[in-house]
Amino acid sequence: MKILVCVTSVPDTTAKISFTDGDTKFNKAGVTYITGPYDDYALSRAVELKEQHGGTVTVLNVGEADAEPVIRKCLAIGADDAIRVNCEATDSYFVATQIANIAAQEKYDLILMGRESIDFNSGVVHGLVAELLGIPSLSPVMKLDIEGSTAKITREIEGGKENLEASLPLVLGCQEPIAEWKIPNMRGIMTARTKPLKVIEPVGEGLTSTDKYELPAPKGACKMILAENAEELITLLKTEAKVL
Amino acid sequence: MSVIIFTELDNGAIKKSSLEAVFYGAELAKLQGTTATVLAIGESSEAELAKAGNFGATKVLHANDARLAVSNIQAYASVLTEAVNADGADTVILAKSSLGDAVAARVAAKLKASIVSNVTALPNLSNGFVVTRSIYTGKAFASVLMKSDKKIIAIKKNAVSPVETDALAKVEVFSPALSDADFGVKLVATHKASSTISLPEADLVVSAGRGLKGPENWGIVEDLANALGAATACSKPVSDLDWRPHHEHVGQTGIKVSPNLYIAAGISGAIQHLAGVNSSKVIVVINKDPEAPFFKAADYGIVGDVFDILPRLTKAVLAAK
Ligand SMILES: Cc1cc2nc3c(=O)[nH]c(=O)nc-3n(C[C@H](O)[C@H](O)[C@H](O)COP(=O)(O)OP(=O)(O)OC[C@H]3O[C@@H](n4cnc5c(N)ncnc54)[C@H](O)[C@@H]3O)c2cc1C
Repeated sequence: MKILVCVTSVPDTTAKISFTDGDTKFNKAGVTYITGPYDDYALSRAVELKEQHGGTVTVLNVGEADAEPVIRKCLAIGADDAIRVNCEATDSYFVATQIANIAAQEKYDLILMGRESIDFNSGVVHGLVAELLGIPSLSPVMKLDIEGSTAKITREIEGGKENLEASLPLVLGCQEPIAEWKIPNMRGIMTARTKPLKVIEPVGEGLTSTDKYELPAPKGACKMILAENAEELITLLKTEAKVL
Repeated sequence: MSVIIFTELDNGAIKKSSLEAVFYGAELAKLQGTTATVLAIGESSEAELAKAGNFGATKVLHANDARLAVSNIQAYASVLTEAVNADGADTVILAKSSLGDAVAARVAAKLKASIVSNVTALPNLSNGFVVTRSIYTGKAFASVLMKSDKKIIAIKKNAVSPVETDALAKVEVFSPALSDADFGVKLVATHKASSTISLPEADLVVSAGRGLKGPENWGIVEDLANALGAATACSKPVSDLDWRPHHEHVGQTGIKVSPNLYIAAGISGAIQHLAGVNSSKVIVVINKDPEAPFFKAADYGIVGDVFDILPRLTKAVLAAK
């Protein structure tokens, strides 16, 4: 089985978000980058499927050179090779075009990625890629098993989940508990250094551009209510906050 | 160049989040000097769908083929694309949801449309078409210029505050050609909690964390939620431990909510939890530790024991009814 896993390199979930250059650029100073947590689930499941069924796992990142430590970590976790499309990933359509372009040539059985990136949170790249390739996509996928050429999938829906079956090839947006996050071992880290990482240039151009960033207005002070007067909260929510 | 709004139905009625999208679409249509058309897919009635007019739509296209009764991403995307073409629409508006996102993404690819998600306000049309979107799970906002002729906007809850009128929309049956190729994914079974309030749609949410100590204690959380008519939610460790179902888990790696009121009981307020709830209008925190980081993000706080405070709040809510 040939699996492509698309990963993002994103600020650590505890990173302090700020902007520079007159609020036109993300401030990377002091920020640690990690594999998108949802992408990490996708990669972990891909490595498990490879262990069960054989085949290859290729990691794909649409991003700049500073994503390479994240890509190497994915190789250390068990991917066989990697591709980086050298560009800034800000427009969903543009990112999807790069992925679809590569996938159209390589004919993967499965294209896995996170349900959304945690920087832009759009959750649309899997759907875009699938439509560009003319195959189905499903998200958010919580469970994935392969039997022959059929995928058995559990997808989260509002207030529950559903079981689905579809033929490969497929594009899936993944989330927990599809697999446990994997931690690279020493051997993985050593072999990752020599695994192939191909860098290619993007095609086409984005349909949007981001001109300016802004931080939310700071929250006002928290009004404390004494535990013995807890009931007062309900009155305040009615009369002051007007949310009840 | 009309505006089309993709809506979702729940038991034949247009979902509340979709009605917000209708209002958004109608306001945008006004700014552009055009009209707003609603697409509704699945079983419903003319009387029910005409109510989209209350939120500013002039027309509803109703696609009610039996094959569309169960939501199907590819088929819905084909129907929406046909509706966009039939109505000569330039812009598609929808409420962000897992179905909406999936359908919108496919339509964007079919139409080569720019697509922006988590939009928090009406666009600024003074210098191109610029929308504001929430990024970094609510930790920042970005202004995005949409450059293509066709545009798709997925709005976040509370992007607009709808004002209702008595106007009714004209309902037309819409019968697009369906292709077998769109029905390749087979639905085997659905497992859905029966009567609970949908968490992403809820205006009021009562959420609890590891401070509740075990699943057997959730009765006090549910009692307060029931008294308020609120949905229940939880922190990630609570769903990881299987105390609560996964679809209640909110935060950076869970559901993102923006209700009018979010009550957090026995949740420490880790940055990953806050990321999923920080766009709530009012946040109440109940925690026995006065140093819990959540208080810094709260509007109202009570330092106290959840096992004492929650039942008393439930009583106070019921007494005030
Ligand atoms: C990559 C990543 C992603 C993550 N994503 C998420 C996410 O999406 N959502 C999420 O929630 N977490 C997420 N987390 C986990 C997060 O960091 C915290 O560990 C988690 O939110 C803590 O949950 P909690 O507040 O319920 O538990 P705890 O941190 O254990 O806090 C329990 C709180 O309850 C209070 N308490 C205890 N007993 C009582 C009592 N009797 N009365 C009142 N208060 C009491 C305590 O003072 C404490 O503040 C993520 C972590 C990582 C690394």
